Amino acid sequence: MPRPGFVLDVDRSTPPILTWHGDGFRLLRLPADRSRVIYAPEPEPGLGDPDEEIRRALLEPLGDSAPLPALLRSGMRLTIAFDDISLPLPPMRRPDNRQRVVEAVLDAAAAAGVDDVVLIAALALHRRMTEAELRHALGDRVYDAFAPHGRLLQHDAEDPDGLVHLGQTDLGEDVEINRRAAESDLIVYVNINLVSMDGGHKSVATGLSSYRSLRHHHNVRTMRHSRSFMDQHRSELHSSNWRMGRLIAASGVKVFQIETTLNNDAFPPGLGFLQKREWEWTARDRAAYLATVGAIRAGSDRINRSVFQAVKAPYAMTGVVAGEVEAVHAATTATVYRQQLVHVEGQTDVALFGLPHVSPYNVNSIMNPILVMCMGLGYLFNLYRGRPIVREGGVAILSHPTPWAFHPVHHPSYIDFFEEVLAETTDPIEIEKNYEERFATDEWYRHLYRTGHAYHGVHPFYMWYWGAHALEHLGRVIVVGGDPAAVRRLGFSPATTLDDALEIASDVVGRHPSISHFHCPPIMMADVT
Amino acid sequence: MRALRLERSLPRFAAARLASGWNGRAGADLGPVRLVEVAAPELPGPGWHRVRPHLAGICGSDLATIAGRSSRWFEPIVSFPFVPGHEVVGTDDTGRRVVLQPVLGCVARGIDPPCAACGAGSANHCAHLAAGHLRPGLQTGFCADTGGGWSEELVAHESQLHAVPEGWSDQAAVLVEPVACAVHGALAAPECDPALAVVIGAGTLGLGAIAALSRFRPDVELVLAVAKHPHQRRLALELGARAVVEPGELRRAVRRRTGSWMLDNGQLTGGAPLVVDCAGTAASLADALAVTAPGGTLVLLGMAGTTTLDLTTLWQREVRLQGSYAYGPEPLAGGRHSFELAFELVEHAGLERLVSATYPLGRYAEAVAHAADAGRRGAVKVVFDPRRRPGRPRPEGSP
Repeated sequence: MPRPGFVLDVDRSTPPILTWHGDGFRLLRLPADRSRVIYAPEPEPGLGDPDEEIRRALLEPLGDSAPLPALLRSGMRLTIAFDDISLPLPPMRRPDNRQRVVEAVLDAAAAAGVDDVVLIAALALHRRMTEAELRHALGDRVYDAFAPHGRLLQHDAEDPDGLVHLGQTDLGEDVEINRRAAESDLIVYVNINLVSMDGGHKSVATGLSSYRSLRHHHNVRTMRHSRSFMDQHRSELHSSNWRMGRLIAASGVKVFQIETTLNNDAFPPGLGFLQKREWEWTARDRAAYLATVGAIRAGSDRINRSVFQAVKAPYAMTGVVAGEVEAVHAATTATVYRQQLVHVEGQTDVALFGLPHVSPYNVNSIMNPILVMCMGLGYLFNLYRGRPIVREGGVAILSHPTPWAFHPVHHPSYIDFFEEVLAETTDPIEIEKNYEERFATDEWYRHLYRTGHAYHGVHPFYMWYWGAHALEHLGRVIVVGGDPAAVRRLGFSPATTLDDALEIASDVVGRHPSISHFHCPPIMMADVT
Repeated sequence: MRALRLERSLPRFAAARLASGWNGRAGADLGPVRLVEVAAPELPGPGWHRVRPHLAGICGSDLATIAGRSSRWFEPIVSFPFVPGHEVVGTDDTGRRVVLQPVLGCVARGIDPPCAACGAGSANHCAHLAAGHLRPGLQTGFCADTGGGWSEELVAHESQLHAVPEGWSDQAAVLVEPVACAVHGALAAPECDPALAVVIGAGTLGLGAIAALSRFRPDVELVLAVAKHPHQRRLALELGARAVVEPGELRRAVRRRTGSWMLDNGQLTGGAPLVVDCAGTAASLADALAVTAPGGTLVLLGMAGTTTLDLTTLWQREVRLQGSYAYGPEPLAGGRHSFELAFELVEHAGLERLVSATYPLGRYAEAVAHAADAGRRGAVKVVFDPRRRPGRPRPEGSP
């Protein structure tokens, strides 16, 4: 029986705590008697026979939906959309959940004599996946059967002929999605639900949509009114996607949603110490830690990045449900919460977030400074329900090297955002008002997004908005161990060590602040009362 | 009188060239400039005046000369030994406070009739820089007969002198000459539409060019400046640049503002119709060429020497490379002379703030080191005040 999440109150006997630091980690000794460490629940056991559970889900759908075989018929148009490279994190070992589910769906389609099947990677404004990434997600059999025939597509949010405007919600939000999907007799959406924000109506309403649609919820107002965007009941991002999803359904677009969940077994056995509480490390764990840290010290940044990006998680599927979107997602969310929620009492003055090597937008890429901001103040800060773990006006301390480095193919508009926009202002409102439109409509970015492997021109803006709630909430943000110039460009304070960071923070929270260390990954969600 | 005199000494030029590469002060100490006691220059003829400098600037061309890095192009149009200093404000022998226009054209050289260029008012194109009753010298400050601003006295022809307006400080007046050069560069390219202008370099010339583009070029909608140092960035913005970027950010910044694409090797499909290079280095020229639009104009305002450059861009994109030296009548300003425009600009833009440090002649090595490292040390224009007399002069003829 896996143990639930746990909050450790640090005292003088507490060993140093492992803290992620990009392509590496550090052991930090936290101040005794005023610090706490929030640990994730242990990994839940996976399904005994995932493929059998998938078949069962397709036959026993939730909500107002017929079983999948009953929805399939010869001569129909079937579109199978699936989550892209941003999920899961780190990428999981083969076979990926998407491969298992897509193969099952294709088996059902073949049995029903469906010939017109197209697979679409639901990129939204993310970068196009490479062949290797598609093969990893879908498996070679699916890839080889569809890609050579032009039936494995990647959603193009800038293709004027490939989009259809379905209307506006009652709040005036444009709903524009992929034409092939919208004009299919059935969309089967294959999801991996890593965190509670994923899935549900967001799968189609965001994953297959365009900038014209996305701008209605990917904006500063929405993110500031999402407390947090991981909590569906208090997320304006969620509400907007739900309004859009219902309009999609009302437009006659039929979606059969298949959602899978994972446990939080994020690291292979050689890195097992990353999953453990430090006082429970065995001699083997300590040896593995020392060997890993030694190898990191000996390696160059480039080599370390390659090694960490090659890590594949031994995630196990913990659930699979299918059917009507909202019923499916309610069940999925319950499973996600069961694995990830940790009860936390009260807020502290300071939150310490060690940032790992990977975020949703730098798989096989570079965690540039904007993604550092997004990972710290967007994702980790918002992994809460109730209240943030740090009080209003408190301080967030991020630990990451924050190099002034960008992947020129994946993140071209990020470079310009960093060089031009952040040099002028870090205020999300000003940024949105003065710069977003120009970047979103830049022809070069559009070209690179459509034909290369670049994120859309507007994407760095969304990364900045992702942290807008935190920026409004916090009194100061400090980055430990980052490139000082890059950190300052972000509008944050650089510090060399945790002690230095706490000294800097003392202007805001005094000399003896209470501290929460959010020991993530593995992924968890703080349920703060 | 005391003067900083530059002698033709190949060993000293060589030593300066070596030493200045790693230390500006050592370059000045070992170089061909010496503080000496010399007789004041003779008046070459009627119409000439004695001028006692109040302030004399240190220019990029002076630094290149002292460091032994000037092109050999200049050899026949300078005469040794000479006293450097061509950015000068002083008092002449009639008691007027004057600014020197240092170009030594036909009129100053007593050549009558003047060459066609001088006849048209463009002494900077004079065909007689090595003729007439003066020894060779393209400007005061490079001619053995006139003296220069880095001394207590020089001689200047009446045609070279401009009265300083009432109420002006010497700091403002000493900037008129370099600002006139900047004005000339800013007005050197034809009108363009639509007009993004890029100015590379934010020393005196670059900042002057930014101010001039902002004031005298209504066709220029946006000036994008390239600056390395914080004070340069601040001044560039104050003087009219809409945006300032670091050198490594230039290509992307121009791409963004022109809607260009950036191809795989970093080349832009478009660019800025007007680029003013105030640095004149191989790197700045390469950047300038890379961001000049097809059919656009690249103005070379900073003094360039021998350089290696891929000119394929110039050829394939039909870029016009326009040199800009000194000053003259400006067609884009209705024929007004650059000097006249410079007086207006110095006052309007408050450019006297660009004078950052003043040194007596006796501390010339420090002054030269300061000027050579102005950007990093937060300075823009470093000047001499020959009236101040700390430090002992070296006797003439000492090594």
